[in-house]
Amino acid sequence: MASIEFKRVEKRYADNPPTVPGLDLHIRDGEFMVLVGPSGCGKSTTLRMIAGLESVTSGELWIGDRLVNELQPAARDVAMVFQNYALYPHMTVFDNMAFGLRVRKQPASLIKSKVEQAADTLGLADLLARKPGQLSGGQCQRVALGRAIVRDPQVFLFDEPLSNLDAELRVQMRGNIGRLHREFATTSVYVTHDQVEAMTLGSRIAILNRGELMQVGTPMELYNDPDNVFVAGFMGSPPMNIVPVQNRGAGLKNALLDLPRADLGGLAGELLLGIRPEKLHPAAGSPDHWPRLRAKVEMVETLGAEMLVHLGDGSERMIARLPGLQLLTPGQTLELALDPDAIYLFDRHSRQRIRTVQPVAVAEAVPCT
Amino acid sequence: MKRVLGDIFSWRFALLLFAGLIVIYPLLWVVSLAFSGQQALQLVALPEGAGFWQQLAALVPLPQQWSLDNFRAVLTEQPFMRWLGNSLVVALSTTVVGLCLSCTAAYAFSRFRFPGRERGLMLFLISQMFPAVLMLIPLYVIVVQWLGLGNTWLGLVLVYAITALPFCVWMLKGYFDTLPYEIEESALLEGASRFTIFYRIILPLARPAIAVTALFSFMTAWNEFILASIFMDDESRYTVPVGLRFFVSDYASEWGFFAAGSILVSIPVILLFLALQRFLVSGLSAGAVKG
Repeated sequence: MASIEFKRVEKRYADNPPTVPGLDLHIRDGEFMVLVGPSGCGKSTTLRMIAGLESVTSGELWIGDRLVNELQPAARDVAMVFQNYALYPHMTVFDNMAFGLRVRKQPASLIKSKVEQAADTLGLADLLARKPGQLSGGQCQRVALGRAIVRDPQVFLFDEPLSNLDAELRVQMRGNIGRLHREFATTSVYVTHDQVEAMTLGSRIAILNRGELMQVGTPMELYNDPDNVFVAGFMGSPPMNIVPVQNRGAGLKNALLDLPRADLGGLAGELLLGIRPEKLHPAAGSPDHWPRLRAKVEMVETLGAEMLVHLGDGSERMIARLPGLQLLTPGQTLELALDPDAIYLFDRHSRQRIRTVQPVAVAEAVPCT
Repeated sequence: MKRVLGDIFSWRFALLLFAGLIVIYPLLWVVSLAFSGQQALQLVALPEGAGFWQQLAALVPLPQQWSLDNFRAVLTEQPFMRWLGNSLVVALSTTVVGLCLSCTAAYAFSRFRFPGRERGLMLFLISQMFPAVLMLIPLYVIVVQWLGLGNTWLGLVLVYAITALPFCVWMLKGYFDTLPYEIEESALLEGASRFTIFYRIILPLARPAIAVTALFSFMTAWNEFILASIFMDDESRYTVPVGLRFFVSDYASEWGFFAAGSILVSIPVILLFLALQRFLVSGLSAGAVKG
């Protein structure tokens, strides 16, 4: 087991702008770190740099106490699970899992016991004689996991391993991967663009956008305390409502909202207001001092226990997650209350969170009419 | 049923039938000559005022009597077996040498990025655009005069293997390109060397392409006549195509031996094709990756 440390690591292809422009990130020993972000954000490149499949243009990359910039992939003692499994199609499941150990000239008896043990853990014991072509997607991915486990490496790397599986299998495999990490406690780096996977698997999550690290933290830190608009919008499904508001020095306003006496402590400039869909509550039953908003229902997505209500008023749109008890029809006007503790403000230009002001106290005792 | 009849009486069918006849007719002559036991086929003397069907029947080459004499004579009285052996040695060596060179070259072209890669591939392609006869004199000078490999198998093998190389490299590179690179990256992470990956993963997966390439190399060497006839002076070193020619020359016209020899020559190629047929069915890499 080992920690991984990126020190100003940059990756650049030829003369293009850098794919990863100077990354600083510390992945602790035994941690399950999820790298998440939209396509092209550099998360896979970052993972491949750890594996040694991509070179590091500048900066330092440490695994444990070794500087690995110039180290060959084989010498890094990492195992990787690929999105498309990358099994050897002409070999049986047993041979696939034994390949790495055989290449490293381990004794046959040890290989046999290790492979069988891993196969037992992953429920592959009956499939050892089959070839990948005879397996389902989920089974193939388990073989790929097994192949990584038998090597007992310092670091596990996962490159979107569940993207090719159907929804049900994905949940099941997510459970498997989580369980394996608890069992082996090996440092793991997991790349995905799926924020649900990130939230459920990660001990910590690093959110990347265009090669830049946006924020690192535990899933709940990122969810409850986002540093910027990108993180706020990326975590959570449906994402946080983020709407532009006019800053009138004292008070915020837009087509849906009016917080007339929000004291912004002299904060000038244009702002964005964010609130999570579940922090919009039916006005009836909410504390009186919570600010209200009135908007037209555009569309209702009924999910059973809850429903997603799309509210719109011309240019502004918001989504509210409400209990699925009420009967709502498009076109009707709905009054909702905003949980003042859950209102976030961002600068509209830098898109960074403004922490100096909390419109909570502000909104207090100012019911909106 | 109506559809089948419609197909049979269509112009496409007529065209195919015609093309088929053009291919098969000379072969029929060779087969009947070989089995006639004679050195020439007699044309049937047509009676005066023969009908259309009689004329048509006269066109079908059939020996007056079936006999294996030509085969017996070719195999026992002529040095045919020796030539066959020579051809086998040359063709098999060409296949082995050609495959070793083209597999490694194609892998490098497919997987590595190095200066001159694009140009090298282009040069290979350009070399295929010139007729092979153009190379006759330069090859003679290089192989016979400079290297002193005239009248040797090695000279022939080198020339055959190298002239087949561009086609083989392109063919194999095309196939290697379709093999997912993640498989190799995975093996690389597991500690396999480049050679181990090539030998234990890429080559087994590329079997269909290698089979086709092997067949092509073998047939190039097996059927080649012009270069062999120029490089080989000693009758005991002739390959079959060169030897066959001497059945029919200015001083001899043993067409029966020629025909029997031709049939015997095609047997190894047919056998090789049958043996490799199962590898020609691709799809070995199915199930390797998804995505």
